[in-house]
Amino acid sequence: MNRKILEGINSTFVTVVALSLVIVFLSPFAFMMFTSLKTREQISVVGAPIWPAAQPKFTYDGKEQDVFKVPVAQCAGFDANSTAIENFALIKKGRQESTFVDPNNLDKGEFVCTVSWRALDRPWTLSPTWANYTEVWNTIDYLQKLGNTAFYAIVTMLGTVVSCILVAYGFARFRFPGRDLLFVVLISTLFLPGAVTIIPTYAFWAKLGLVGTWFPLMIPHFFANAYNVFLFRQYFMTLPRELDESAMMDGAGPLRILWSIIIPQSYPVIIAVVVFHIVFAWNDYFGPVIYLSGAPDKWPISYALSTFNGIYGAQPQLIQAGAFMAVILPIILFFVAQRFFIQGIVVTGVEK
Amino acid sequence: MLEELTSKLPKLPTLASVRKMSPISRKEMNNGLLFLSPWLFGFVAFTLLPMLATLFFSFINLNITDGIFSTPKFVGLDNYAHLLKDPQAGVSPGFWFSSKTPSSFLITIKFALYALPVGIFAPLLLALLMNNRHLKGQFIFRSLFYMPYIVPFVASVFLWGGMLNTETGWINRLLLSMGMAKDAVPQWANDVNWVYPTYVIMGIWGIGNAMLIMLAGLQGVPTELYDAAKVDGANQWATFWSITFPMISPVIFYNLTLNIIGLFQYFLVPLVVNNGTGRPGGATLFYNLYLYKTFFTYQDMSYGSTLAWFLFVVILVITVLLFSTAKYWVYYAAEARS
Repeated sequence: MNRKILEGINSTFVTVVALSLVIVFLSPFAFMMFTSLKTREQISVVGAPIWPAAQPKFTYDGKEQDVFKVPVAQCAGFDANSTAIENFALIKKGRQESTFVDPNNLDKGEFVCTVSWRALDRPWTLSPTWANYTEVWNTIDYLQKLGNTAFYAIVTMLGTVVSCILVAYGFARFRFPGRDLLFVVLISTLFLPGAVTIIPTYAFWAKLGLVGTWFPLMIPHFFANAYNVFLFRQYFMTLPRELDESAMMDGAGPLRILWSIIIPQSYPVIIAVVVFHIVFAWNDYFGPVIYLSGAPDKWPISYALSTFNGIYGAQPQLIQAGAFMAVILPIILFFVAQRFFIQGIVVTGVEK
Repeated sequence: MLEELTSKLPKLPTLASVRKMSPISRKEMNNGLLFLSPWLFGFVAFTLLPMLATLFFSFINLNITDGIFSTPKFVGLDNYAHLLKDPQAGVSPGFWFSSKTPSSFLITIKFALYALPVGIFAPLLLALLMNNRHLKGQFIFRSLFYMPYIVPFVASVFLWGGMLNTETGWINRLLLSMGMAKDAVPQWANDVNWVYPTYVIMGIWGIGNAMLIMLAGLQGVPTELYDAAKVDGANQWATFWSITFPMISPVIFYNLTLNIIGLFQYFLVPLVVNNGTGRPGGATLFYNLYLYKTFFTYQDMSYGSTLAWFLFVVILVITVLLFSTAKYWVYYAAEARS
């Protein structure tokens, strides 16, 4: 077989496999969108379509009437051999015979069909409802929760970026005995289970009367963390030292060098840490659960969403609307900044 | 990131060596330590002291209502003796098969046996697919497979929870439409036998990170190696085992370690999905969940601390064992060269 054709078949096959996988993988997003636009009624009806739909009604003589799918052959004044099924509005219910009108052809007037209306299906038409979003928006005070999340993310982001840059600079540019040992200690904190520090830490904040405030959640972020220090340090080590040294000759101190030489060359890694941190803060759930559970006015969006399980257990349309409101901003951020995400991850994973 | 830990531990500096330092290197040390000081302070205040306090609490009797600064009542190893006799914690193997309700330690191990293979092989297979030279639009696929990783975990639990809803979820609707009987469809999070697979599915959106790291590892394998294998007439399987696998073994090791450590601490999903109640049938009262409940619900600081230190030691032992196997199968190119 021609080599080019074989390549083409291979490409098509591999790409189709990847495409089907990605569709299955991302299908919950479609579920979320569809469900969040449904009415509660539709969800409780067995056999309703998976897309947001409603059973149409027709106003006749000032009254709202249900529309049914009627086999026209059963109706007076229609072709008795027809197999067509049409949507007719039910005017008068009967066990053997019911009276209908054709919404598209009112001139025809009322007519009788010999069908049991209970045995008839009702049609569904595409009909997204936006009411779930307004309900969630109001119930959880979405703007307040969004503000809380943004406040938490921005304050801790500033603390993380500043402290991690300082520490990483110390690890990357200064030689002294014990430095490498300290670096090993720093990296090993990544493997430390949170459980082994949480009890005294919580008791400590409780003793200070600060449970229910932002302090226990925010203060630790001002003292650097292993993951981001590692990212910064790896990046700083790739920067040439010549510029540092010539600045040193000119009498610049370490802070001056950091500020004027290192940081201006480090925008890619700074942006990576900023976006990682925002995603972390947006996602953070357990911290707010333990420190803010008694202060609903400070809840970030993740925590507010988690309470939905209790409030809206039987109302998936509201849960999915809430989920949409919690995921939309991180997803936008991801698509805007994906280059930095991907670079940052590769650094931590591959440059061991 | 792990290479620092697998290679030889750096030596502790001696006082004499510090004393012998020249004024210039002494100044460099002071500056360096000054820059490290935010982390040094944070490490002592938020990691080291709390760890030691947790250890201390495990040897005394303390309730949160007592306050942390009350006069301690030493009980020696009583808390640890209690831990060994606690059927719910279930750390002694005697409870693993005898006890009626599943013990938390066994639940954690059992779930890890489901989740660990998925956590390693799913990202690896996906990375191999992304790295396939026949794949068109690699960048788009890479982004799309990674993207769910940034979805807040509560939201992803709700999305997959909705998909897996026994009545209204798409998966059961699909199974029904394929002709499965109504009483045969899985009851997912409500069924003792299905709840672990359900949690694994809910966690599947977390594989994006590992996939990217493995993909970068695959792309870093020098093509000369593959060319050489071709010249030698190696088939695809042999090429994978002799070249690809050793070259990406550090990346696999990194993911394996983080996965195992993460699985021992697993509890957030059952906390959100089943409100931490352990439903169905106590099957989801994971060890770490039991630990947090002991402290936050029952307010028993001492027993909570005992559970925490036990967990810490288990994780430490497993990490050390894992690292000691590394020299047999993890290949660090830089080390081999030097």
